[in-house]
Amino acid sequence: MPVKKPRNPMPSQDPKERKQNFREVALGYDEQTAQREAERCLQCKNPLCKQGCPVEVDIPEFIKEVVAGNFQKAAEIIKNKNNLPAICGRVCPQESQCEYKCILGKKGEPVAIGRLERFVADWEAQKVTSEINPVESTGKKVAVIGAGPAGLTCAGDLAKLGHEVTVFEALHTPGGVLMYGIPEFRLPKAVVKREIEYIEKLGVKILTNTVIGKMYTIDELMKEEGFDAVFIGTGAGLPYFMNIPGENLNGIYSANEFLTRTNLMGAYDFPHTDTPIKVGKKVAVIGAGNVAMDAARTALRLGAEESYIVYRRSRAEMPARREEIEHAEEEGVKFHLLISPIEFKGDENGNVTKMVCQRFELGEPDASGRRKPVAIPGSEFEMEIDTVVMAIGQGPNPLVPASTPDLELTKKGNIIADPETGSTSKPGVFAGGDIVTGAATVILAMGAGKKAARAIHDYLTNNS
Amino acid sequence: MNKIIKQEKLAENLFLLEVEAPQLARKAKAGQFVIVRISEKGERIPLTIADYDLNAGTITLIFQVVGLTTKKMSLLKTGDYLLDLVGPLGEPSEIENYGTVACIGGGVGIAPIYPIARALKKAGNKVISIIGARNKDLLFWKDKMAEVSDELLIATDDGSEGHKGFVTDVLKEVMTKNSLERVWAIGPMIMMKNVAEVTRPEKIKTIVSLNPIMVDGTGMCGACRVSVGEETKFACVDGPEFDGHQVDFNLAMRRAAFYKDKEKLALEHYNCQCGGGSCKCQ
Repeated sequence: MPVKKPRNPMPSQDPKERKQNFREVALGYDEQTAQREAERCLQCKNPLCKQGCPVEVDIPEFIKEVVAGNFQKAAEIIKNKNNLPAICGRVCPQESQCEYKCILGKKGEPVAIGRLERFVADWEAQKVTSEINPVESTGKKVAVIGAGPAGLTCAGDLAKLGHEVTVFEALHTPGGVLMYGIPEFRLPKAVVKREIEYIEKLGVKILTNTVIGKMYTIDELMKEEGFDAVFIGTGAGLPYFMNIPGENLNGIYSANEFLTRTNLMGAYDFPHTDTPIKVGKKVAVIGAGNVAMDAARTALRLGAEESYIVYRRSRAEMPARREEIEHAEEEGVKFHLLISPIEFKGDENGNVTKMVCQRFELGEPDASGRRKPVAIPGSEFEMEIDTVVMAIGQGPNPLVPASTPDLELTKKGNIIADPETGSTSKPGVFAGGDIVTGAATVILAMGAGKKAARAIHDYLTNNS
Repeated sequence: MNKIIKQEKLAENLFLLEVEAPQLARKAKAGQFVIVRISEKGERIPLTIADYDLNAGTITLIFQVVGLTTKKMSLLKTGDYLLDLVGPLGEPSEIENYGTVACIGGGVGIAPIYPIARALKKAGNKVISIIGARNKDLLFWKDKMAEVSDELLIATDDGSEGHKGFVTDVLKEVMTKNSLERVWAIGPMIMMKNVAEVTRPEKIKTIVSLNPIMVDGTGMCGACRVSVGEETKFACVDGPEFDGHQVDFNLAMRRAAFYKDKEKLALEHYNCQCGGGSCKCQ
């Protein structure tokens, strides 16, 4: 087998073009490219890639079917383990998971597993309407709180096992961060809607506009509404701010607000949609994770002349995926590193106009293993700015924990749950995703949803 | 989808909708709010709950036409549906038997003050209510307010009904005759600020209900942040009610005005009959 064949590049929209539109940046493989890429797979006897996948997709098996041109079969193999493959193929950090483990990557480039997964999922969506085999009902009811990646995965897996699943979603649209957070140009909303339709086809009922903690408590769901178990996947929905002077000036957004207005509410199409957003000429995004890159790239598409990433550590410590950083740079996002704001100043109308910044240098490694930024005294300077987006992370949403007193929490307010099963201090109640781990990735949330589904199934089977 | 079972024009630009929402009616408490969206491309707007009826399974919303969404909402009729309705959101009012309390509602703020006055009355308080508007035509729910108040006082800017002047004038008068334990004030930001200034020297705890710009209403976006006692709070999950003596009203008013120009543009776009031509609505 020819090992040295290079990895097939992903066809993409030209950076100059794409920074002016919200259409998807990566265009996807065609059949020939997918098969060429799939042929690079060594079909290892002991495939390490599988160990790198949080939802345990049978990677070499599906790739083998791609080589043979059996795309439908490939899709079935993926969907056996992964309910949301077109999403994962687009937003999973494969470089630190399956592809990181790929043996080809030791001396050259790994198989483009993510791109192949995306190809297969998109091919299936266009070519066939997948048949769902009906499963026998167990007569057990499960409530899933939150229709994001963790909840949808858990719900899909439980439905496949014959349980009656209702997903409760606070917003008017299911999808969670896939809909409100990740931009259209990285994850088209049509793709998310398609995969949610698949979850519904599995028999899952989704109730939108239903805030658990307000409309029903968990106890009410279990005692009055007849649910035998509950999965909490409410995510990291409480944005952090820096608590520095001037932070409540107009034009300073949390990344959640900035992205929700744009993605979920369609503010980029205002006034053809009713939700406005204001983006100035110079936009500073504070933070350097994936959310920060999304915000900085969104700002350019909304018409900003300059979009900055402002980060208090150096390039090496930036938590965003390398691909996202590269995409941002190609589109013209500028990086101001080893800098952090300490104050915002505004005009007489209360609109932000300036950001007072301080320079940092890197000191000893901190608890996270990254070198700790240390402020340089006397290094303050002002930066002209008219929009700021805070993308410095987010805490757990308090609505469910606050209304469920017997749920044990960490000091930060995250739910304490067993990493292997998702079980919490409350019998019959499981949790997973960002509400447990703090803000992480889509795929880790999905992995937690998957593990919890298995544990909930055990719980329901053993308790009957 | 929630069916509108009653639509009523209360006054110029002031409308009432009674909407089917059984579970919401069951859980709603005085002081809480809902978020409404009326069309696929519509925005999410917060509205304080004006009334809830457990038996009928309905909630009542009262709104003033101020922007595009409320304009569109004013055109909805009995039998139409609200596309999205979510709640009850926010923390309920702290209802106890305080003794003598004043409930002040200004303009559309009369609507949310009503269930609070009712709950306070039910808890055993002596409730003195003061409602105000620019003129008598803009007053509503006088009978309902009278039912839940020991005393109902009225102020209009033009003197067409009750005291000529502001609710704060009436409040000062009330304070000379009564020892108030607590005051609730809901209305325009400037009215709430002025009420808080009247009660501050007497140290009468004064609760105001803030209605800042919101998107999700569940603590997710932080658009609704307000400064209370130098601390940033999210009105949607920490409020909407706050200690009026601690609220930075000037900041709240500046934040509320942030999208004014965009709101104007949205209305122009909506009213424009250019049919996609080249006018500025594009």
